Amino acid sequence: MSVELLPDGRKRIRAPLSDEDVRQLQAGDVVLVSGVVYAARDAAHKRMIELLDAGEPLPFDPAGQIVYYVGPTPEKPGHVIGSAGPTTASRMDRYTPRLLELGVKGMIGKGGRGPTVREALKRHTAVYMAALGGGGALAALQIRAQRVIAFEDLGPEAVRELEVEDLPVWVVNDCEGRDFYEQAVAPWRKEELLPEEFRLGAPR
Amino acid sequence: MGQVREVDAAEITRAVRELCMEINYKVPEDMAAAIRRAREKEESPIGRQILDLLIRNQELAAQGEYPYCQDTGYTVVFIDVGQDVHIVGADLTDAINEGVRSGYRDAYLRASIVADPVFERRNTGDNTPAFIHTRIVPGDQIRIQVDAKGGGSENKGRHAMLKPSDGLEGVKSFVLRTVAEAGPDACPPGIIGVGIGGNFEYAAILAKRALMRKVGQPHPDPRVAELEAELFEKCNALGIGPQSLGGTQTVLAVHVETMATHIASLPVAVNIECHAHRTGTRVI
Repeated sequence: MSVELLPDGRKRIRAPLSDEDVRQLQAGDVVLVSGVVYAARDAAHKRMIELLDAGEPLPFDPAGQIVYYVGPTPEKPGHVIGSAGPTTASRMDRYTPRLLELGVKGMIGKGGRGPTVREALKRHTAVYMAALGGGGALAALQIRAQRVIAFEDLGPEAVRELEVEDLPVWVVNDCEGRDFYEQAVAPWRKEELLPEEFRLGAPR
Repeated sequence: MGQVREVDAAEITRAVRELCMEINYKVPEDMAAAIRRAREKEESPIGRQILDLLIRNQELAAQGEYPYCQDTGYTVVFIDVGQDVHIVGADLTDAINEGVRSGYRDAYLRASIVADPVFERRNTGDNTPAFIHTRIVPGDQIRIQVDAKGGGSENKGRHAMLKPSDGLEGVKSFVLRTVAEAGPDACPPGIIGVGIGGNFEYAAILAKRALMRKVGQPHPDPRVAELEAELFEKCNALGIGPQSLGGTQTVLAVHVETMATHIASLPVAVNIECHAHRTGTRVI
């Protein structure tokens, strides 16, 4: 079992994740991620899709894995990694469905996802989680090891295998189509203070 | 008329280098205070938790081992050169870029700049070039302000050429829409820089310069200050909150700058700064 329910209600997960594991993760859950995640952001995604188009394999076996959208700062001497918080997830939207088709089960980033990805999460039983955007120093403390495994020439955008321990994230989009941002923001909107045109619909 | 004062370009390099190295680890006091104020005012429990985490992140970064954010930014440099200054020893642009290069290398900051936008997008490896705004001003001093500007929040900025008939209401609506659409992507709570007037490019520069003001300091023109206060209240009424997990503290401040414009035009630009507001100033 790759999902562990903790006494305080949080959940600890460790890849590889199965469909059954993913179904236990619901929008709004606070999750601690442990084990291996693969760091990849814009340029790495573009290259990975080019590899797939050329019939080549990805730099890692995607089945059940978690992709973390991060480009860390260089590590200071004596440290495993530099600052390592999440980057904006929606920039990866164009590439994401392809990776989900290949079995990626989780993604960690910040910010919202578009409708295509949210549909793909339902179709492929996968989950999108957000880490603390701009909390790069705190995130670094949860990373135990890093190894560049592909595209070293991309520098901060190289694909890395990261070993993390209890990296805190919250589930934003689950495999049933829920969106935590929408749920979380709605009660705090002060409709009476907003101009007419802003009073209907979600903030995003 | 003052005498011409010679300034060695190496002094400019050193100032830029030191600023890059400092600001990425130590949030300016006015920003730290703004985050603390938001923590006191935030009504949502999860919002307060997030703001506590941001304060811890600040404290950890200030120890000097890990930058505040892994996105150590575009290096934006505002340099005001006194017209009685003669810069000697190197080209000004090279001097600034050398400061960025060595500062980013020696402080273990991320190289986040690609050499071209749409062809190879090859990382330059040292975060150069800097994005430099130069003004010639009276006097014999050089004032340098460096801002490490995160890409995620920069991406959420918007620019519009409104019609004069859209008026103040049109401006307010555009600002609010920009903040609403940015949502979680711009790492709230941050600062909203608004430039109104000028022409196409001046509106954007005004918005960027607005971010450089001390956080929450009102504009000296009471009409503009009133607009800032109204936009501040309305942005926070969106309920986005810290990290867009719901709350009353979506923005820490709204800063507006205005300028003369054309009889046909009402340019507006909105530049968003995330909670990782990293800036500092040196005077030579």
